[in-house]
Amino acid sequence: MSTTSAPLTDAAIMLRRNFKHTVRYPVALFNAILLPIVMMLIFVYVFGDAFSVGVDYIDYATPGMLMMTVGYGLSATATAVNSDMTKGIINRFKVMDVSRSAVLTGHVVSTVVRTAVALAAIIGVAFLMGFSPSATFAHWLGAIGILLLTVFAVGWLTIAMGLAAKTLESAGFATVPLIMLPFLSSAIVPAEKMGPGAREFAEYQPFTPIIEALRGFFNGTPSTGHTIAAIAWCVGIAVVGYLWARAKFNKRG
Amino acid sequence: MTNLAIAASGLRKAYQEKIVLDGIDLNVRAGTVFSLLGPNGAGKTTTVNVLTTLLKADAGTVRVAGYDIASETKAVRAAIGVTGQFAAVDDLLTGEENLRLMADLQHLRGSEGKRVVEHLLNRFDLKESARKMAATYSGGMRRKLDLAMTLVGRPQIIFLDEPTTGLDPRSRRMMWDIVRELVADGMTIFLTTQYLEEADRLADQIAVLDQGKLVAEGTPDELKRQIPGGHVRLRFPDAARLAAAARLLTNSTPDDENLTLRVPGDGGVKSLRTLLERLDEYAIDVEEFSVHTPDLDDVFLALTGHSSVEANAQ
Repeated sequence: MSTTSAPLTDAAIMLRRNFKHTVRYPVALFNAILLPIVMMLIFVYVFGDAFSVGVDYIDYATPGMLMMTVGYGLSATATAVNSDMTKGIINRFKVMDVSRSAVLTGHVVSTVVRTAVALAAIIGVAFLMGFSPSATFAHWLGAIGILLLTVFAVGWLTIAMGLAAKTLESAGFATVPLIMLPFLSSAIVPAEKMGPGAREFAEYQPFTPIIEALRGFFNGTPSTGHTIAAIAWCVGIAVVGYLWARAKFNKRG
Repeated sequence: MTNLAIAASGLRKAYQEKIVLDGIDLNVRAGTVFSLLGPNGAGKTTTVNVLTTLLKADAGTVRVAGYDIASETKAVRAAIGVTGQFAAVDDLLTGEENLRLMADLQHLRGSEGKRVVEHLLNRFDLKESARKMAATYSGGMRRKLDLAMTLVGRPQIIFLDEPTTGLDPRSRRMMWDIVRELVADGMTIFLTTQYLEEADRLADQIAVLDQGKLVAEGTPDELKRQIPGGHVRLRFPDAARLAAAARLLTNSTPDDENLTLRVPGDGGVKSLRTLLERLDEYAIDVEEFSVHTPDLDDVFLALTGHSSVEANAQ
């Protein structure tokens, strides 16, 4: 029996555990796919004609819907992490000297994979609804890169929130702002059409540059400014989330 | 002494103003069962968390399995196993998968891991439910699975934090049997409990914890000698009969409000018969009659001058 911990092996073991959870409890995945699809149907078919955004509404709305998909997928992560914490499973791992990187990385990676599946499903539905991006292969790679980076960043933040929450309910609730933020961004309508206050908020919050960067890639006209801003936000959120999660995990009273 | 599994001295821990541990010294001999007895909020779980490296004490030194918990944390962790107050099992995995997970994390090789898992499933009578999700297990099965998971790493010292709280009597007895088997296998057990009976049945050494301080320590027999035995409680239909009985039984304590009389006694058949015959002789009617064996509350009353419920409320 080896006493040196092998973070990579351990992370793979944790990842396998989280995948089993997703398979055993598919509701999490269905929620992450179904709700965004319903939102997309409502916004595109019910409200869409009322918004004049200059292009086909489905083309305008898809990047924002993808952001919402990211948000909806996170509550499953927050509750999973929280239940590990409150049920004493994390303490069990700590006493076994499983590295924190293994436990937390397992959660991040499974969040990214699960959300990627949901995002692919939403993109598929968008195509069925007439989504017609003018993106080249390289643009697609750019869009996918931004999406995964965003999931990675808010994933770390969500894990920290899940560790910090006292109860399962509050852990689930903690991700609500991440679901709400896209509404107050340029996801549904352009920021300049919003009222004062909301407009400024929408312009300066992280989801707007992320969504604008995605839009640029899908339209085949990548925006360097928005892309750089999006990456900067993601790195910032990831660092804050990672440090917070690490502090919470290592806390010894 | 070299055969100490746990040696702690001067443990202190406070959360802001609230002192949880106020200078605790503990010595646990290897291969024995040590029980930390105390009511909720006495500091039992905090003590376990400090000894198992989950929590840093504000002051004091601890050596577990010969290693210092502050500077040799890894070696301590390799030597111990912990089963907490709430069964820390993964509900969405089956019993077998839970054990497999532990075997994988202990880096047991494929065939050895399989053998250990198989052995534990059989030993804890979980074979039949091995392929069912832990979420479907009863409370007793969950505790068994939890303990089996702790044993995968073959620890020398096992910490059991209130292992039978919330279990039905049958499951409780089963846990007691398991603890006895583990000690027979040469393991050291550190057990916390709220039940005097549990400590009495299992422990070689008991320490009583109250508001972060050890108020008594000794073998179960030594401890029981310090506390009064049980008592018989008699209830009377009216105050006159209560007064008459109190006059007759001189060492008793009347409670006028509830019309009850507390008569010290061991609850043995012989002494009970004598008691009832005397009451009969003087034609004093007794409405209700109950026998009380000493419980944690009696221990507390005797050792601290306040009941465990009061300690709880503070």
